[in-house]
Amino acid sequence: MSEPTNETRTPRTPRTWRDAQLVQMCLVRFREFLREPEALFWVFVFPVLLTAGLGLAFRSKPDDTAIVALVSSPARANGGTAALLAQSKRVVVKPMTVDSALEALRNSKVALIAIEDAAGKITYRYDPARDESRTARLIVDDALQHAAGRVEPIATTDDYVTALGSRYVDFLVPGLLGMNLLGSGVWGLGFALVDLRRKRLLKRLIATPMSRPVFFVSFLVSRLFWLSLEVVALVGFGVLVFHVPLHGSLPSLFFIAVFGALSFSGLGLIVGSRAKTVEAVSGLANAIMLPMWVLSGTFFSASHFPDVMQPFVRMLPLTAVNDALRANMLQGATLSAVVPQLSVIAFWIVVCYASALKLFRWK
Amino acid sequence: MQAMGHAPAALVVRGLRKSYGKVIAVDGLDLEVGAQECFGLLGPNGAGKTTTIEICEGLVDRDAGDVEMLGRTWDRDAKALRQRIGISLQETQLSDKLTVRETLALFRSFYEHPHDVSHVLGLVQLEEKAGARINTLSGGQKQRLAVACALIGDPELLFLDEPTTGLDPQSRRQMWDVIDKFRASGHSIVLTTHYMDEAERLCDRIAIVDHGKVIARGTPAELIASLGAEQMIEFASDDAAKLELGELRRLEGVIDARLDAGTYSLQAKELHRAVPSLLAYLASRGAPLTELKTHSATLEDVFVSLTGRHLRDE
Repeated sequence: MSEPTNETRTPRTPRTWRDAQLVQMCLVRFREFLREPEALFWVFVFPVLLTAGLGLAFRSKPDDTAIVALVSSPARANGGTAALLAQSKRVVVKPMTVDSALEALRNSKVALIAIEDAAGKITYRYDPARDESRTARLIVDDALQHAAGRVEPIATTDDYVTALGSRYVDFLVPGLLGMNLLGSGVWGLGFALVDLRRKRLLKRLIATPMSRPVFFVSFLVSRLFWLSLEVVALVGFGVLVFHVPLHGSLPSLFFIAVFGALSFSGLGLIVGSRAKTVEAVSGLANAIMLPMWVLSGTFFSASHFPDVMQPFVRMLPLTAVNDALRANMLQGATLSAVVPQLSVIAFWIVVCYASALKLFRWK
Repeated sequence: MQAMGHAPAALVVRGLRKSYGKVIAVDGLDLEVGAQECFGLLGPNGAGKTTTIEICEGLVDRDAGDVEMLGRTWDRDAKALRQRIGISLQETQLSDKLTVRETLALFRSFYEHPHDVSHVLGLVQLEEKAGARINTLSGGQKQRLAVACALIGDPELLFLDEPTTGLDPQSRRQMWDVIDKFRASGHSIVLTTHYMDEAERLCDRIAIVDHGKVIARGTPAELIASLGAEQMIEFASDDAAKLELGELRRLEGVIDARLDAGTYSLQAKELHRAVPSLLAYLASRGAPLTELKTHSATLEDVFVSLTGRHLRDE
């Protein structure tokens, strides 16, 4: 055959580990990600900002202060009701007309309206579906009756406990971690693959002797690397700033994150398997992720959904990841305690990779 | 043809067919490229050149026909073929965020016996740009990098699909130098182009392709000689209505005449006889010249005489 003779060959440097396909392809993945400042922002900075924002907005505040609008009839305008209420430190009284009181209630400026008629009878007006209104009703009535001379038959006293691990921010951090892993998995793979296809680089690559499995593995290796940093950034921020507890073992937490991220990368692989344009991949990615953001208990517990939906909600990969992360961080659950969630994730891993490799188009 | 002695042909294509739905891209095409030959597929856009070359590269499945390369076929030896051919596609965008050296190191990692990155950088004269990001390169530099990616695996057969389309004249000459160097190393090249000067300058042999078929083949000199004319005369006149093609064809020294968008072109054997007889004819008809040009016959003229169309017509 026409094998070139040695004289026609130029001298070559011996191959080292750096010349291996997997190493080179992983290097390319790292470089492309590092040289994309926007991606770095969305993966690392944004979730931390979101945690900070939501953690501050929903921080645990003493909720035993009631703001009440007092509407007095003209006949009793100088009556003692306002003065009685003002004796309690737990009540803030705002004298108002009926109209402005209703307006204030609608805008959540007051939690409750107390209307006093000419005979001195008090009517409480509020929405019983609002927790803060129901609480305000109890506090205001209690303060009023007490100030008017009611004697408690049984002596009671309060001893407050603020338990770490049961605040909103504690619930939020594992959920945001799950959501972030989903986003970076789906975008990280889906977008990168479509970009390669759009530039016809995918076609160029398969014209070389490149190993196709190694090509996919390079994406997973780079995801594994970046997800470690995501976990450290988000969990580290939660622990340092909000003192979010880490009751479970760190290796288990990391294992859940890696296992979950693997299933999310599989979703990304499906998203990127056929799409030819960035628009198409954005639509697909959002169609997959949006329902999970709502249903999978990121910002509020998935148990709020009706019972008929629960089997479906429980089967979503993000629900499984969020539940497993929360069980680990907040309840100190071991891996064997989250086997049901891990099974759901494993199911998705098998389904996603099997179908993505079937669907995938190189050209 | 086995003109190159006992070495097997670099590429043999027989009865190649490919359609996309109702559009027939390749319609029974035959090619034979010898070892150490630079072979050109010349034709207008949409002639089927790219489909043909991408079938040869193993990127497009054929409907019918046989492709054999370096004594191997895609059906049996895909892995070995990918190691031994180098390709440059039309319109590949390499990753903007990588540098020239990083890109070549990536492609190098795919091959069993690759060149060093520095060697290939020298071949394509991109040493100074080794550390530059791809988005800072000019069009010509990007195209030379694409060819460098094709050369890094030390291929025996190189496919270049329109390597100089869209490049300025200086960049085109630099690309020609790169191709010359590869040829000098004793390997084979198949390239497509719609530039006739490029085909004449680079190719040992050419196949002119139109509507998915080879309509003429040979060396550039053979193809031009097939016209029977060495010179082309082009002229225009304000009083063209007074002229007749039949009479122009009978003028002394003129072989053929055609009218294309208000310009007459004559194929001529001997300029010193044809021009005076043309001038005499125009004077006798009272049709003054507004334009007169002559040039040596080119592959473009061969294409026009075969198809009645110009190569660059879209």
